[in-house]
Amino acid sequence: MKRFSQKHLLGIKNLTREDIELVFETADNFKAIINRPIKKVPSLRDVTIANIFFENSTRTRISFELAQKRLSADVINFSASSSSVSKGETLIDTVKNILSMKVDMVVMRHPAPGASLFLAKHINAQIINAGDGTHEHPTQAILDAYSIREKLGSVKGKKVVIVGDITHSRVALSNIFCLQKLGAQVMVCGPTTLIPKHITSLGVKVEHNLMKALQWCDVANMLRIQLERQEIKYFPSLREYSMLFGLDKQKLQQLNKEIVIMHPGPINRGVEITSDVADSTHSIILDQVENGVATRMAIMYLLAGNIQK
Amino acid sequence: MLGFDIQAQLKKEQMSSKVILEKKQFDITIDRLCIELIEKHGIFKNSAIIGLQPRGTYLSRRIYSRIKQLIGEAEIPYGELDIAFYRDDFRRGNEQILPSSMNINFTVADKNIVLVDDVLYTGRTIRSALDALTDFGRPAKVELLVLVDRKFSRHLPIQPDYTGLAVDTRANDKVHVEWKEKNKQDVIHIVTQN
Repeated sequence: MKRFSQKHLLGIKNLTREDIELVFETADNFKAIINRPIKKVPSLRDVTIANIFFENSTRTRISFELAQKRLSADVINFSASSSSVSKGETLIDTVKNILSMKVDMVVMRHPAPGASLFLAKHINAQIINAGDGTHEHPTQAILDAYSIREKLGSVKGKKVVIVGDITHSRVALSNIFCLQKLGAQVMVCGPTTLIPKHITSLGVKVEHNLMKALQWCDVANMLRIQLERQEIKYFPSLREYSMLFGLDKQKLQQLNKEIVIMHPGPINRGVEITSDVADSTHSIILDQVENGVATRMAIMYLLAGNIQK
Repeated sequence: MLGFDIQAQLKKEQMSSKVILEKKQFDITIDRLCIELIEKHGIFKNSAIIGLQPRGTYLSRRIYSRIKQLIGEAEIPYGELDIAFYRDDFRRGNEQILPSSMNINFTVADKNIVLVDDVLYTGRTIRSALDALTDFGRPAKVELLVLVDRKFSRHLPIQPDYTGLAVDTRANDKVHVEWKEKNKQDVIHIVTQN
């Protein structure tokens, strides 16, 4: 009998290929459910989930909350700005207080890499990492790979280029792990300053010329420039960045093939991707958002099956 | 538990098995169920057949194609329902409950639905199926067809409308239905712990 191997979802690194495929198969069922008139199932009606966000989020947070509600779980939302964290409470104290109200699962986003691992070691609830600093963002990687599988039939053997700020991107790291486990080839592309020095040790190709990268790939995942994580300037100007690494219609037309365009959101239109490309038929950006709900439902369903009663 | 050498397994676990239905008799029983359905639903003008995943679908597919042969006209609405997300034992057993595919491409509202499953035992599967079904709409009527009814074992007030075979069993007996499509033969065993 197939079974999800993990108690927590801290990162893609700990997952097996079988785990990811199990999430995909389960997500197929949930996708059918969220497209019918009654979009709800009672599976998690005795599970309480706390969404704890120490960083801003729109998509991930709404997506998680919607997924939880579609599974009939009870949901508590908590964000750092409106809480006692601003009064000086520590992470463990905050979470322990929430857990003493009998919470079974915690979805957490935190600016510090490793925050979710730390929490998993110290508290007795299931943790889902919704992004920890520049480390991992596993649910994003799973929904990205699921969207590629949906669009191209399979992930295996596909060539995916991740373009942009690789150094500060948790999406990039999780995507690299996830795509490689599923048998895809991965390339990263961006200015030298935004690509970590030893990234090749993960088995990815590196390219600094966007046109060459696009010629090589089947799928281009355009990342946002994370100005909020950059304390120093990594490139001369946004305008120069967008000329060299931004995706526009002209560059796409120079290719003699069609590629799939992805973006984890939020989009900075005109910087990493122009509006006409983001809204074109090549783009599966909105499919990614829809698949986010189905894949997160699958992840929480599978994890909840591992809760000891 | 399907798809393995049942005799070898039985020997190992010190169990004995008894065949209660096979070959010609098996086909006759399914034919009779189809005739009963046609008697009640005619050409299925406002009725539909829904098999329960995973094991009820062998029976429902068989019934669907036999009825089409018998009445020879009209498209009968046919679907398969998965109840994994509606089960009441989620997180109570050791096995993870994984979903099977679901496929209902017609409106359930105001139709007469015949739910089809292979073995009726505690009735909990059927309760879950009723919940799952009503999430697709409000049927005019729901009926239940089972191949084997294990009598006196219900946990819920649920009874079949069409029964292939009713049997008395003890609580630790198991009823196995094998299908040509999967196990190369149509046969029903009762497996008893010695």
